[in-house]
Order: sequence, then C-alpha cells, then structure tokens
Amino acid sequence: MTLKHTRRTFMAAVAALGVAAAASLPGNAQAADEPIKIGTFLSVTGPASFLGDPELKTLQMYVDKINAEGGVNGQPLELVHYDTGGDPNKAVTFVKRLIAQDEVDAIVGGSTSGESLAVMPLMERFEVPFISFAGSKKIVDPVQAWTFKTPHTDTMACEKIFEDMKKRGFTQIAMISGTGGFGQSMQAECQGVAPDYGIEILADETYGPKDTDMTAQLTSIKNTPGVQAVLNPGFGQGPAIVTKNYRQLQIDAPLYQSHGVASKKFIELAGDAAEGVRLPAAALLVAEQLSDDDPQKPVVTGYKAAYEEKHGEGSVSTFGGHAYDGLMLIVDAMKTAGSSEPQAVRDALENTKGYMGTAGEVNFSENDHLGLTPDAFRMLEIRNGDWVLVDDTTG
Amino acid sequence: MNEATPMSPRPSSASTANISRPGDTTPPGAPERPAPQAPGTPRTGAGSAGRPRQGLKARLMKPRTGGLLVLAVVVAVLPAFLQNAFHYDVAIQIGFNAIVAIGLNLLIGYCGQISLGHAGFLGVGAYFSAITVTNFGWPPLLSLVVAAVVVGLLAFVIARPILRLKGHYLAMATLGIGLIISIILNQEAQLTGGPDGMIVDPFTVFGFEFKKPWHWYSLVGGLLVIAAWLSLNIIDSPVGRALRAVHGSEVAAEVVGVDTTRYKVMIFVVSAVFASVVGSLGAHYIMFLSPQEASFFHSVELVIMVVLGGMASTFGAVVGAATLTALPQFLTFLEDYEHLIFGLILMLVMIFLPKGVVPSLAALFKRGGEK
Repeated sequence: MTLKHTRRTFMAAVAALGVAAAASLPGNAQAADEPIKIGTFLSVTGPASFLGDPELKTLQMYVDKINAEGGVNGQPLELVHYDTGGDPNKAVTFVKRLIAQDEVDAIVGGSTSGESLAVMPLMERFEVPFISFAGSKKIVDPVQAWTFKTPHTDTMACEKIFEDMKKRGFTQIAMISGTGGFGQSMQAECQGVAPDYGIEILADETYGPKDTDMTAQLTSIKNTPGVQAVLNPGFGQGPAIVTKNYRQLQIDAPLYQSHGVASKKFIELAGDAAEGVRLPAAALLVAEQLSDDDPQKPVVTGYKAAYEEKHGEGSVSTFGGHAYDGLMLIVDAMKTAGSSEPQAVRDALENTKGYMGTAGEVNFSENDHLGLTPDAFRMLEIRNGDWVLVDDTTG
Repeated sequence: MNEATPMSPRPSSASTANISRPGDTTPPGAPERPAPQAPGTPRTGAGSAGRPRQGLKARLMKPRTGGLLVLAVVVAVLPAFLQNAFHYDVAIQIGFNAIVAIGLNLLIGYCGQISLGHAGFLGVGAYFSAITVTNFGWPPLLSLVVAAVVVGLLAFVIARPILRLKGHYLAMATLGIGLIISIILNQEAQLTGGPDGMIVDPFTVFGFEFKKPWHWYSLVGGLLVIAAWLSLNIIDSPVGRALRAVHGSEVAAEVVGVDTTRYKVMIFVVSAVFASVVGSLGAHYIMFLSPQEASFFHSVELVIMVVLGGMASTFGAVVGAATLTALPQFLTFLEDYEHLIFGLILMLVMIFLPKGVVPSLAALFKRGGEK
C-alpha cells in the first residue's frame, strides 16, 4: 500500500513539476518605454570565446555610448544577449527566444559560421534583419534577403595574397593548410581562385590542428622544384609551428600566412621565425600606420582607442571590429529608415553605400550582402616583432 | 537489482568507474528471479512478473501503465502553457534529448555499461539522413529508417568486441568510437560540409511538411511516449531481468545461464538506434547540422542527463533531459555567472541526491509515507 501511495504522490509531484516549470518559463516582457531592441547571440564561452568575448564587449560599449548620445531616432537601444557556447543548436533556440519572446527589432551576432548558418532560415521565415560576424562565404552566397555579414571572406584573403604574389613575380607556389575549419575552407577557396591570378600550386600539404611538428610536410615542399612562395592557411598555434619549422629547414621562398593569425599572439608564439612573414589583415591591426589621408584611419583609430581605454592596452582585435561594424550598420540603417520597422531597416541596410567600417568600405546591394572588396585587406609584413604595412611600399 | 549495487555516482567519477564495474561490492544477486526492489528505483517494475492478474485500477497504478499515463498527460497538457515558438522549441529539444536519454539509460542504468560515444551514433544517424535527403533526394522517412538500420548494424559490429571490456576500458573504447566518428564528420568536408556544417532539407512525409512548432511537438511528444513505453516493456520483460542480472554481477549472471554478451550487445544496439532516430529528426528540425552534434561533449551531456535524472529509472532519464535542457534557459539572466551556477546546481544535486533526482526523491517520499 505504501508503495502505491508513494507512486501516486510521486507521479502527482512529477506532473506538478512539469506544469510549474512550463508556467514559469520566462514570460513576455511588457515594453514600458519602447526601446529599440537589438538581439545578439555570441560564443562568449567555449572554444570560440576568443571571438565572442570581444564582440560582446564591443556591443555593450557602443550601445551604452549611443544611448548616452541620445539613442537612435530618439529611442534608446537595448541589447539582449545570450551565450551560445559556440553550439549551433543552442543558437537556434536562442534566436527563437530573441524573436518570439524578446521581440527584438534586429539581430546581430553569430560568432562562428555554424551558428550563423543554422539560424539563417529563421531570419528569413520571421523576417528579421540579421548581420552575422562569421567568416564563411556560404552566409552571403547565395544572397538571402534578410542576412548580411561584416567580416571579409576567405576568398578575399586568397585574392589579396595572390595579388601580392603576382606583384612580386611569384607564379609557382606551395600550400600547407591546417585541416581545422578555417584552414580547410581557405584551402578550398585559394585552390579555386589561384588560376584567376595565373598561379600554379605545385605542392599541397595539410596538417592536423593539434600536430606539433610539420617538418615532414615542409621537407616535401622544400624538395619540390620551382616553388617560389609558400602559403599557410591555418588558425591557432599550427601556423606558428609551421613558421618555426620553416626557418629550421631554412627554406628560402617567402612565407605567407593568412588573416587567421592576425593577432599579436602569433608573433609571440613564432618569435624570431615570424620575421619577414607576410599576411593580409584588417586595417585595425595597423591603425596608427595608415596614412593620414586614408578615409579608414579615423574609424579604426577611434574604435581602437575606445576599446583599449576600457579593456586595456593591446586588447583590440579584428573580431570586436566586426561587431562594431555590424552594430553601426544596423544603427545607420535605422536612422536612414527613420524607424526600426524590420522591412524598412532591411531595405535601408541593403542600400547602404560608402559606410566606412573597421573591415573596410561597405557597399551593400541586392546581389551583395557582404559589400567588401579585397582592397579592404591590407598586406602586412612582420618586422622587428611588429606589423608593418607593405601595401604601398612594394608598389 | 540489489541495494548494495555501486550506483552512487560522485561528480568526479560519475561517468566511468562506478557504473560499469559490477560485482565488486555486490554479493551475487539472484538473477533468475527479480531481486527485491531497491528503494531508490521504485519504477523499474521489478517484481511484476510473478504477480497475479490484477484489477484495472491496480494495473493502472503499475509503473508501466501509470507512469506512462502521467507522461502522456504531461505531454498532452503542456502545449497549454507554451506561449510562443521559443517555448515550443525548448519543449521539443527536451523531447529529443529525453528519447536519447531513455535509450542510454537502458545501457547505463540497467545494464551497467558505460558509453561515452553515444553522440557519435546520433551524429551518424543525423548525417546519414541529412546527406541522403538533401544531396540525393531520398524521402526523409525512408532515410530515417535506413539510417537507424545502418547505425544499428554499426553498433552491433562495434559492440561485439568492445562490450568484452569493462570499467575504464569500456569507457575508453566508446570514447574512442565517438571521437573517430566526430573526426570523420569533420574531415569529409565534400560530403558533410566539414566543421562549418551543412544545411538540411525539411522533414516531409508523403508530401506533408513538418513546419509549424506544434507539428514537431506532436511528433516528438508521441515518439517520447513510445520510447518510454518500449523502455518500460524491455525492462519488465525477461530481457530486462537478464540485464539487471548483468548489472548486478556479470559472473553470477553467466553462471545461471544468461548469455551476457548477447544481452549487452542487444541493448547497446537498441540505445544506438534511439540516438540515430533522434539524430535524423533533429537534423530535419533544426534544418542545419554541424559535427558538434557528434562531439565528445555532447556524449558527456547525454550521460549527465541519465545520471542526473536517476540511473535505472526511465522517467528519471526524462526528468534529467528536461532539467539539463531547460535549466540554462532559466539561468541566462545571470550573464557571466551562468555556467558557474549551472555547474553548482549539478554538483549540489549529485551531492544531496546521489542516486539522481527521480529515485532519490521517490525514496524520500516513500520514507515520508512510512512515518
């Protein structure tokens, strides 16, 4: 009898628990004084936190700044943020929450390509303007009506590198790529555009993201006759090891890295071996070195100064820059549209012309929701442990 | 199952040693007839075999029917409280996770075998469906069934050698399988889209597209009840008794003539198939698939659901899945401290309810009732 009684009590408890849980799911917040709600979902924790953390800090900083200056169209901005931990499934749940429950007016974010690609169908279905901070070309190709993005694509990095190689007279190159997401994607993109620049890839090696020695692959490249330059698309510590091994093997051909290593961390890891390495990167990295008549200079120096003032010297990263661009593009579009009505904002966004951001000049159009050209990248060389702008000097 | 079964997972060792080292502290059980019911596991249905036929009321109060009825009612009533697409989404995700957890609970909770690679099976099912439907235009339902068969076969082939292993070695082997699957999904980019993932076509059955949240809710809710029903029946059958004998003491089970390998393999396959079906449906539901679905962390998350809710309790698995899926949504207001508090809650639950939420609370109720 006791057992039966217990079971009954218990079942009732379970049922009550379920009902209570459902009833107390966060309810719809009633908007009191009509702020414009900007939703965002970022990988602030987890393996992609190096992206999400500066992105969130940037958004919070500039939302506060905009509000202090009187908001947008007389309304204050409100940032609604959720941390995805880099998980696309969680991103989908959070975006549903942003749209259905928080009723945001626009969404920016998606630190990784996976998160951004996963939520795009929702943006189209619910018709919410969305600006992604992730790299993949698939986000804007094919163009979706409601989705835009701010960072350069890997294809553009390849184009910038091949442009530079061509200028220096290199037509036969070797590639050594990481097999992580970034390396894989860029390897494929570079292989695709190489013929357009008359560049022939003689050797194509790969290494795993956790490998600690790439001498074997590099020896094979060294023994390939006719290699004039080597390109290393990769991310994380792999490229630093490649660079070190490269010097140990005393390979003479110039080494190109990708924008994936455009952080001070790379120079720290590779040390002296990094000397002479070239890579494409956003102007933000060399903000002070830009010539004074460069229209991008005030934007990047302004953002850098503001970010570093709050978060410490040397803390600025291009990833935070993508978030800055995304927020500013949405705010500009809202100002142009004179409202935060989604359709109007989307249309204004698509007609954005000549916006100067940290990634370069943005010109959106019906067929281009990225709006950047390879010129948005700057070619840098590492000299004396620091970045040096070589765009103009090599001519 | 015996009371002394080493089933009190501490946070540190929850997922490995204790679960799958049968017989160390347990006196050889009496596998042929059901062991006296442990207070921690009142809903295992043990002991029903020898019972005489009962009246309707008594039958309803049996955990197999009664518990199932409660679950069905909760599933049926819940939509009244779901206000928008987000609420539905959380409920649907809970359903998906609960089905996998129910399958995994058969293996971990009843059979006493650990798997740290179940997300791998889920991933294979998901990718099989995603690729055949999206790239080759198969009907999603056919694809789902074939995926389940393929995963079942895969699990069968893998299970024969690895279920000979015990304790840490079994944990290592399943971990390895999960990692291998995860690596393959990451590397075969031309097929799987690589680490960036792939976009998946919607789920259609005979021209009907599952699009609205309530379509999915009905489908997943229905499947959840079926999964629970299947699980309760397996446990209540001779197979279930054999499984618990294996958990109690593998040696003793063999001595009395239980073909331990066969039962272990069988349940491993069943739980892998549960995961595969959820993987297939989940891919169509989200309409996007990335290798993270098959990652080691996802495997661990699934094990936590089982352990948190209560091992050897089908409804515990459901409660565990619900808790682990919904809790982060309630904690978002904590911003930076979200993960800290989440971890703290899990630790406190395991410290104060070491047998898991459902068995521990049930035991508590029982004690209260006896006073």
